[in-house]
Parts: sequence; C-alpha cells; structure tokens
Amino acid sequence: MSVLINVENLGKAFRTYPNATQRIRSWLGLSTRNVKDIWVLKNLNFQVHAGEAVGLVGENGAGKSTLLKMIAGTLAPTEGGIQLFGEVRAILELGMGFNGEFTGRENARHGLSMMGMSAEEADSLLPEVEAFAEVGDYFDRPLRTYSSGMQMRVTFAVATARRPQVLIVDEALAVGDAYFQHKSFEKIREMQRAGTTLLIVSHDRGAIQRICDRVILLEHGEISREGDPEVIMDYYNAMLANKGNQKHTVHSEELEDGRVATTSGTGEATIQSVTLHDANSGDPIEIATVGQEVELKVKLDINEHIDQLVVGYVIKDRLRQDVFGTNTHLLDQVLENPTPGQTLNYRFRFTCNLGEGSYSTSVAAHADDTHVRHNYHWKDLACTFEVVNANKKRFLGVAWIPPELTIEPNSGDTQ
Amino acid sequence: MTQRALAIARYWWSYRFFVRSAIRNDLRARYARSKLGLLWALVQPLAMVLIYTLILSHLMSAKLPETDTVYAYPIYLMSGMLAWTLFSEAVGRGLGIFVEQGELIKKVAFPRALLPIIALGSATVNGLALLSMMLMVFLFLGHWPDLHYLWMPGLMFLALWLGLSIGLLFGLMNVFFRDISQAIPVILQFLFWLTPIVYALSMLPPEYHSYFSWNPIAKLTAAFQDVILYRRNPTELHLVYLSGIAFIFTALSAGLYLRVKHELADHL
Repeated sequence: MSVLINVENLGKAFRTYPNATQRIRSWLGLSTRNVKDIWVLKNLNFQVHAGEAVGLVGENGAGKSTLLKMIAGTLAPTEGGIQLFGEVRAILELGMGFNGEFTGRENARHGLSMMGMSAEEADSLLPEVEAFAEVGDYFDRPLRTYSSGMQMRVTFAVATARRPQVLIVDEALAVGDAYFQHKSFEKIREMQRAGTTLLIVSHDRGAIQRICDRVILLEHGEISREGDPEVIMDYYNAMLANKGNQKHTVHSEELEDGRVATTSGTGEATIQSVTLHDANSGDPIEIATVGQEVELKVKLDINEHIDQLVVGYVIKDRLRQDVFGTNTHLLDQVLENPTPGQTLNYRFRFTCNLGEGSYSTSVAAHADDTHVRHNYHWKDLACTFEVVNANKKRFLGVAWIPPELTIEPNSGDTQ
Repeated sequence: MTQRALAIARYWWSYRFFVRSAIRNDLRARYARSKLGLLWALVQPLAMVLIYTLILSHLMSAKLPETDTVYAYPIYLMSGMLAWTLFSEAVGRGLGIFVEQGELIKKVAFPRALLPIIALGSATVNGLALLSMMLMVFLFLGHWPDLHYLWMPGLMFLALWLGLSIGLLFGLMNVFFRDISQAIPVILQFLFWLTPIVYALSMLPPEYHSYFSWNPIAKLTAAFQDVILYRRNPTELHLVYLSGIAFIFTALSAGLYLRVKHELADHL
C-alpha cells in the first residue's frame, strides 16, 4: 500500500513574546529574549496508507484538532513536516467561510471553486450538492436564514461533492439531526469503499469502531498508543475512567483467541470471575439459546474499606456495540460499607432475548452511577458467550422482539 | 526548480474560477441587501467633489493657470479624488484582508497569495466604475478626453499597486497588533490634506513647496491631474519613483509574510 500521509517529527508550538519589541525584533531577524514556546504537539511520527481509515482520539486539548488542521494545511507546523501524496479535503468545524448574505446555491458554488474547480465542474456538481443537502427551497435563500443543522448539510454536501483521496472529518458528524448524521455517515462509508482514505476525530466510540482500521491515541500532544480500534478505545475509556487517581492502573492482556482484554481500576474491590449460568439448573454455560433464562454471576472480592459499591455490566455484540447495560445503582441496590475481606456474589438473572451471534460482557465495580469516578475494577471481555436459535422462528438482528401478528381488511376500503 | 515553479503556477491557475467567484462575491457582499449596490461606492467620492466644488470653486478657479475650461476646479478635484480613492481604497483592502478573511484562512487550505489578487481585482472593478462615472461628468462639462488617456490604465494600476503593497505590510502587522488598523485611517486623513487634491500647489507660497516633495502621493495625484485636466504627459521620473516605492513595499510585505506565515493562522 502506498503512503498518502507521512508525518515526521511533527511539532506545533504557539510562540509568545513578552512584548511588542521582541516580536518586531524577530521580524527583523534580530535576537530575541524571553520568547516562550507553548508546545501543543510534539514528536509525532505516523503514516497513513491509501484506503486506510484512521481514528484520532484523545481528551480535549490533547491536540487532535491542531493536528488535523496541520494536515489539512490551514495551520503551519513549527517543526518537522507533513508530506501529502493526494488531494486532501477537510471538514473542520462548521462552515467553510461561507457568507450569510448569499444563498445556499451561491455559497455552494463558491465553496466548490475554493477547492480549485472550474466553473463548468462546479456547475455540473451543483445539482448533486443540492440533492444531497436536502434543504429544499432554502437552497435559494440566504444562508443567514438557515439553522445550524441546515448549514452543516450544505457544508457537508459541498465538501464531499467530489470524492477526495483523503477526507478529514473533525467532529462534524455530531452536528445536525439524526437523519442527516446517518446519511453523512453512509456517504463517508461509501467514499471509504471507493478508496478514500479517512482521518477522523470523534468522541463517538461506535462510529470510530465501525469505520476505522486503526486508532491513534493522543495524550498531552504526543502519540501514547496506536493500534486496533477496540483495544485502543478500551484503553482510552479505562484511562478516562479514573483520571488523576495515582492508584489507578490500566492493563491490556491478550486472550487465547487473540483478542485483547483491558482491565483497569484502583483495586479496592476486584472482580474475581464473571460467568454465565442456566438460571434453573445453575450449570455454567457458554452457549445460550434464544429466550433461555440465564444468570450472569459476578464474584467480587472486597479488599479495602469503601463507602459505596456499585456493580454493573454491559452486553456487547460482535462489533462491540452496546446491546444492553445496567448497574446496581440503576437497580436501586447500592451496597454501603461492605466489609473488607468479604467475597460477594452478584447474580443478574435475565431472559436471553438476544439474536444469534457471539456476545461479550464488560463488568465494572465502582462507587457511583457511572464508572467514570472511583473505578475499583473494570474488566472488558469478562465473559463471552454464543447465542443460538434452537426453538424459535428465524429472525434478524441482535434483539428478540417477537411480534403478534394480525391481518384484517381496512374497514375504510370496504364498500 | 523550474519544474517546481511550474507545478505551483499550475496549482494557482487551477484556482482561477475561485478568484473570479471571490471578486464577484466581494463586490456583492459589500452592498448586499442594498438596492443601489455598487452605485454607493461612487456616491461618496462624487458627493465630496460636489461639496468642495460648491464651496470652493469661486475661490479656486482663478488660481488654476494653464487651463482652458471654466470648470477647471471640479475637474482638477475629480482627477485628484480618483487617484486618492484608488490609493486609499487599496490601502484599506490590504490592511483588512487577513483579519477579515480570518475564518476562511483558518478553515480552508487554498493558495494564500490569491488573497491580494482578489483584493486587487475587486478594487479594480470599483476603480473602473468610478472612472466611467467621472468620465460622464467630464463629457457633461465639455472636457473631452484625448490621447493622453492612454496613460490611465497604467496610472490606475500604479495607484492600486502602491496602495495595496503598503496596505498589505500593515495588514500583516495588524494581525499581531490590532491597533494598526485603527491608526492607519487617521494617518490617511492627514495624508489627504497634505496632498494637493482640494487645493493646488501653486496656491501655496513657493517656500513651502519643498515640504511636498517627500510625499509620494502628491506625485501620484499630480500624474492624474496632468493627464485628465492639463492633457499632458505625467513626469515619467515620478512614475518610476512611485513604482520603486510600490516595489519596495511589495518586497517588504512578501518578506514579512514569509517570516510570520507559520504563526499567522494562530493569531486570527
């Protein structure tokens, strides 16, 4: 695969001068004093190959947007360099420098020209842009009358009018209504299939995992991890889970089947085992049938004194999308001051109303209603199991929601 | 080297529709939602001409020698105003270009060198509109243009280039020190009255004339007055001098741009 983006020793600093004199001296090429560089990105090295989809994650201020802007060419690097071997199109924040006084059509036409198109090319693409944006009559009204969602539609339609070799998307998908989000997501997938290389910043874990082949995690302006989306996203979530807590540790371990499970936590309580059982016989199972009564058993050691204990789990499908999740806070069964040294068994009994396929659970023990604060122990891929359809009619999807069907003539149609 | 230059030239050339579209948008945006549009750009300088003519023409007409028309003063005034308007508008364009286009610069990657070209383009259209409006007034006053008008395209370009090159230098500085865009209009106002536009140099005592020789804009207005009112060639040496100044400011702007371009977008 050929390299499309080559980032080498890239760094970006915002330079501050103590006063105007020092700045002017720098213009004249004279020596300067007390100049401070505030580094937001440092020592970045990575390559993106043709056809790849790379996600960029990191906390706010980690430097994601700055990096995208440098690749898009609107910000200049302070050191190192970026080599691009193809046409790059970027959807950065809202708008493309559009003018509110002009209509959507006029702005779209100008936006296309901004990509270096000729008038004929722009005019030939306009109908497509109009159709994709779906803003109706508004296309010929001034942009200032648009809602932000409508502006986003036009911006997105313009930016993707001609398939670029590299598409950079910065959180743009979070804007607009669900319908258009879905539609733009599909458009991105379509371009990806046609060979466009993607570079995406998003906080939407689902979107990252569905699209990306690889994820780069930025921490304090440096690449801290890089690799498989599932692994990096698990690690990133675990990292977010207990920021600033010294005791907090994150581990990744490879399972027998090659998947990587992430565990993290401060260790006041630890999950000993997570197993699935038949609810009636109590036997451990690895395969459940659709509609079977089952029990998820979480065995937990209390190691130190804690004020509150909440235990929760999420069932995820093969693609690591959440299917169902709950915890003992939501179930109104928070445990106060459990005795240290004790071992507790939590049994979650439920009907396995899941579709055929393989599922995994992530289990966590923490202090609040979410795992983000006081995460004692959190385990991904804690228990994996298969669901097979033994005695139900064939159906599609991850949920078993059997309908009752009635068919009758519409009374209005009878004469 | 030449190959790289060619590649850059081809890259820029691919943006020609963008330049055209941006010039048109720029002209339209200034007068969006106004019914008379571009006409407003002409009303201001013409209103000034009218006011000064009404107030001063008796006082002045006797003092403009070497002319054969009774309307010498309004024509003198208009020639100077044309030069001044072109120059000062170009200064304003250059001054505002980076801050006004900040959003665009931050969000879209395109050849930045096109921005001054777009500014030059839209200032040219405005200048041509002003010239044709004034020509109509000259015809009405019976002051027909002659062959010396062949100088006009060159003179107009010189006025715009000079203004834009000065404006760009201060426009770049203005990104970092925003006071500059406040100071320049004040300085321009002084410069306007220090340039023989409303009055003629011949009305002042000769011992003051040397004070005007430092003012390059006085040479610019003189060239316009020569061609339009006096129907004679401008002083060629002065034009060379003005081109030299414009060239120096262009080089300074380019030099400063190269020095600050890596942090320009950070400050917009």
